[in-house]
Amino acid sequence: MISQVFILSSKGDRLVYKDFRGDVGSDAVGLFYDKVTAPTGDRLPVVTTYKDVHFVHVWQGGLYLVATTTTADSPPFAIIEFLNRLAALINDYCGSLSEKTVQMNFALIYELLDEMLDFGYVQSTSCDVLKNFIQTEALSSRPFSLFDLANVGLFGADTQQSKVAPGSAAARPMQGGKSEIFVDVVERMSVVMGANGVLMKAEVEGEVKVKCFLPSCSEIRVGLNEDLSIGTSPLRGRTTRCSLSKIKVAKKFPPFLGYGAAVRVDECHFHPAVRLDDFDAHRVLRFGPGQGEQSVMTYRLADHLPLAPPFRLFPAIEKDNAGRLLMFFKLRCDLPPKSAAVDVSATVRVPKGCVSLSQELSSPDQSAELRPQHRAVVWNIARFPGGTQLSALFKLDVPALSSASMMEVGPVDLTFELPKVTASGLRVRFLRLAPAQHRGPAQRWVRYVTRSDSYAIRI
Amino acid sequence: MPYLGNDDTVKDLKRVLSNPHVQSDQLRYRNAILKVIRIMSQGVDVSSLFSEMVKACATVDIVQKKLVYVFLCSYASLNPELSLLVINTLRKDCQDPNPMVRSLALRNMTNLRLPSLMEYVEQPLTAGLRDRAACVRRVAVLGWAKLHKLQPNSEIDGAVVNELYSLLRDPDPVVMVNCLRALEEILKEEGGVAINKPIAHHLLNRLKECDVWGQSEVLKILQRYQPHSEDELFDILSLLDASLVSPHTPVMAATLSLFLSLCSTLPAVSLAALERVRGPLLAACGSASREIRFTVLCHIQLLLRSVPGLMGAHYKRFFCGYAEPAYIKQRKMQVLVELVNDDNVAMLLDELKEYCTDVNTDTAQAAISAIGRIGRSYSDRCLVILTGLLGLKQENITSAVVQTMRDLVWVSPQCSDTVCNALEGCEEILHDSQGKQALLWLLGTYGDKVFSAPYTLEAFIDGVRCETSSAVKMELLTATLRLFLCRPAETQDMLGRLLHYGIEEETDMCVRDQALLYYRLLQCGVDETRKVVQGRRSDPSLGVLIGRPAEPVSQWAHIFNTLTPLCQITSETELVNSSFQHTSYQPNSDLSDAMNACQLQSIEESVGEHTQSPSDILVTSTIVPLSLLPTLTPAEFEHLWIQGITHTEKEQDGVCMIEHVQCHNVTHSSSQSFQAAMQLVNIQTLAFTPINVLPWRVYLYTHTEAPPCSTLILGELLYTGNANEEEDAFEHTKGYHDANIIVVGEQIERKANHEEDVTLEGKNKSDLTKDNGQVAKLKVTLKQKPRDDKALRGFLSILTTVLHTLSPEGE
Repeated sequence: MISQVFILSSKGDRLVYKDFRGDVGSDAVGLFYDKVTAPTGDRLPVVTTYKDVHFVHVWQGGLYLVATTTTADSPPFAIIEFLNRLAALINDYCGSLSEKTVQMNFALIYELLDEMLDFGYVQSTSCDVLKNFIQTEALSSRPFSLFDLANVGLFGADTQQSKVAPGSAAARPMQGGKSEIFVDVVERMSVVMGANGVLMKAEVEGEVKVKCFLPSCSEIRVGLNEDLSIGTSPLRGRTTRCSLSKIKVAKKFPPFLGYGAAVRVDECHFHPAVRLDDFDAHRVLRFGPGQGEQSVMTYRLADHLPLAPPFRLFPAIEKDNAGRLLMFFKLRCDLPPKSAAVDVSATVRVPKGCVSLSQELSSPDQSAELRPQHRAVVWNIARFPGGTQLSALFKLDVPALSSASMMEVGPVDLTFELPKVTASGLRVRFLRLAPAQHRGPAQRWVRYVTRSDSYAIRI
Repeated sequence: MPYLGNDDTVKDLKRVLSNPHVQSDQLRYRNAILKVIRIMSQGVDVSSLFSEMVKACATVDIVQKKLVYVFLCSYASLNPELSLLVINTLRKDCQDPNPMVRSLALRNMTNLRLPSLMEYVEQPLTAGLRDRAACVRRVAVLGWAKLHKLQPNSEIDGAVVNELYSLLRDPDPVVMVNCLRALEEILKEEGGVAINKPIAHHLLNRLKECDVWGQSEVLKILQRYQPHSEDELFDILSLLDASLVSPHTPVMAATLSLFLSLCSTLPAVSLAALERVRGPLLAACGSASREIRFTVLCHIQLLLRSVPGLMGAHYKRFFCGYAEPAYIKQRKMQVLVELVNDDNVAMLLDELKEYCTDVNTDTAQAAISAIGRIGRSYSDRCLVILTGLLGLKQENITSAVVQTMRDLVWVSPQCSDTVCNALEGCEEILHDSQGKQALLWLLGTYGDKVFSAPYTLEAFIDGVRCETSSAVKMELLTATLRLFLCRPAETQDMLGRLLHYGIEEETDMCVRDQALLYYRLLQCGVDETRKVVQGRRSDPSLGVLIGRPAEPVSQWAHIFNTLTPLCQITSETELVNSSFQHTSYQPNSDLSDAMNACQLQSIEESVGEHTQSPSDILVTSTIVPLSLLPTLTPAEFEHLWIQGITHTEKEQDGVCMIEHVQCHNVTHSSSQSFQAAMQLVNIQTLAFTPINVLPWRVYLYTHTEAPPCSTLILGELLYTGNANEEEDAFEHTKGYHDANIIVVGEQIERKANHEEDVTLEGKNKSDLTKDNGQVAKLKVTLKQKPRDDKALRGFLSILTTVLHTLSPEGE
């Protein structure tokens, strides 16, 4: 059972504080913050204990969501999942989870907490139940931006661009929205690649998330690739596509990437509410919509990815006559030519004691900087189209450069986002709502994105 | 406090709240109240607004009501009288046709936490239990638990308890779970809610209706249920099978916990459950929430204690991500160390090597010591990596590597040559005291193998005045003295200087005392010094008992899915990287050795005095110097032991001796304390059965160094527990070894007062069973080569003394 729940900003301001059982004093907040700021140099471990009070915290969106409990045999999984759920609910109700939104919507959050927990016991965390009780309206904190106007056409007509789901669409509070449904296929990639380009580890964790703001809808059907195979079961023969899908997708659907083999995942788990009657035959997920975001299916794929890893690095590192360290990198993006990676950032670990950096980058939209406190050179590439190659030459001044220092260079860690690409090849074939929406067409969005979890290249 | 003008703000708000114009405008009124709550949650004291807020409570606006309740519940205990005013409003709300209003009122009525209001609350609560709306019943059920918590000493109302039990059959699953929770709290004194067969099966059948939280709660409470038959047990297990692989970690963990407690007598089923849960656990390892990832890692560590091979093939899942926080990385490395096997060791070390240069020094250090741990089984590969890291010449890395090497050498002495070669030049890079201590220990212990050791020590001695850490100085003293013993010519001068400094100039008492001790020791002669200072070079216990034996599941099942595994960070890292223990006691170990040697002498003398029977052999035997060197490997030991049995009769150079020693039950003393006690007197234990296992056996060996010759003694201690059996065994061996000299041991009559002391020491241990206090009869079989009766008896007397001084575990 949970004694208190409080939310602290990263600076230690108390944003929300609710006591459920009255067995821990309100000075617990101060105690916790003392522990956070204690100069251990590292992030606070998930559970800390002071006397007989246990603090369990989750760090999300720059906020500490903390639960205290006095019983050491409380289940940690349940408490942490609860805090995560609280964060997700705040995100759903307020549009985003940040210090600002929490400050603006604290009344709503008190109301949420009041309904979610009673006497420290979790009562309900499902959006469907909670929405009956929550009365306060969320205040959205979207700043005014000229970009919002860009989508408005002449005389308010929709421009072509408005067919594209705005990036902020998903970050809209769930109340008072239009009738919209978002299906997001989000994949996280973690790769370890040897210096010679050999894959040492490749793993993809994927999730099909549905965010639904439909007032009247009894069933959603999501069709996945028909040739999807799970585990090592024999590949299914391809069946002809029997139905034309009427999906409005985010941007034009890129021509289906030419995966030779069938799409495969190693293991997958479904939300308990998903009915899998049609899954074996047609790979269709059927489920009743819930308000807010829910993860319908999670899956995992390891070692044998259908596509080559998206980036290859060709490094050359040497010492020049002036005692500087020269690092020459060629970075190749192996995505299909029509897609591109965005927000690519390569972090190269450099020897201790680097003083300055001079750089030669192959195109002007790149940038690089030296971060001495992290011992790293960060190379940022805003947009990196598939099939192209970029190069960079970094000259580093290291006062005490020895041959041993060369060993300290690397690995290179890449962070990136691949919009419209799934590393596993999973696609949403169709998205149908039943019964057909009669009050105006519902907006249906299907989006794909692959993000890097950890993409390390050895040197 | 965030604002300076708090008082003004509160006064302003008070004015606004009491302004009738504001009160009539719903929106403005609500905004004012919002402001109050906002500054309240920032930690400002707004208790002076209590009466205004009480007034604001009487409204039809539910949002406003909720806000006011948040306020009231926080401050009610400060204003019990004024709170009475709220009760009327609340009781009226309890009659409201809207169930939401009813539940809200009921919940906050019980949240006020005022004992004086109890009498007003009970009636609405009783009504609430029978309310039509489930949400009101949910609140009412927990309301009773809250009332009980307010007045824990009040009598439990049997009618309410019965009503709560009957509400377990409520159609609403949350009401059912809340009933369990409430009963659990109300009946805490009686051990919580009673789970009989019908209730258990009812709960199991309705498990599916509950949400994640309810399920994990029910599963936890079901741990208390004991199925009546095996069939029933397996019915329950198959019913729970689906939840065992649930994608929701709380449910999965709670189910596994239940499985383990149900199958505590069926280890095979528990192991099957652990196998089954592997998939979901690994999936949770890749969870997007790093807190969940961390929690899963901690629990996987528990699992690996019993099933070390569980995750071996999935080691790649535990590779660290670049951006992961250090606490996850360190946990992952701890798991990786456990997973190492012949197939993955190359990949694993390659990965760990990458972490050694991590920007976070703690992570780098953890990676280096993880490699050291793997080095215990794969020393060659690891030493290559470790020596390579020294080439980086970075302070923190070098320090960690030297410490790791010291720990490694301590456990596997065969690495010492490589390590000694690598030490050259490290002293210039080391600046922290931990690293210096490790280097000094290595130089002192293996000074004969490191050519430059005297020069390195000289540099340290020259700089000793600038050294701030007394631990380093003490280590330096020991190292120099040890080096002096093996390389006197080169070291004599600097030792003199160091001792002079230590005695004359040093202000730290510990250092000064140690210098004095060493000085006086040297005055006694080099041989005496050698006896005291020449410490062990390795920890032989670990070299023999390769690999940790798999623990039974029951060792950790009770802490599974609790906060305990997550809190054990400090203790576990200490276990993993034993450098902490090392450095803290290493410098003193020689001292304590010396002390104990003195103590032992006095003990033996006193034993001799006590047992002054003329026939006693012990008195006649003088103290035999024992030594651990040269070390015996288990294989050699086994060979000699078997050889001893078969050949001693023919070759008259060896001897076998069987002896019975009475002492209190040493089988209960922990293996560590036993081993430590034996090592104090330079007896090496090679292998032993776990405590409390019968028959209990220990194999040990030592060398006697009585001039003119030294002998090797091998020994076996056997305790069968049953006196009759032991006699049989004894007869048997007697017959078998007829030709050997069999000394039937003197029954050492223990003085009654001595025994009393022991029981007094153990009196506060309630779990000290009778068995522990009893005198056990140990059969001691000794084999010696070459034969030297005097030395053998001397050894036996020492052994007996040690066995007597050993006390049962827990003291």
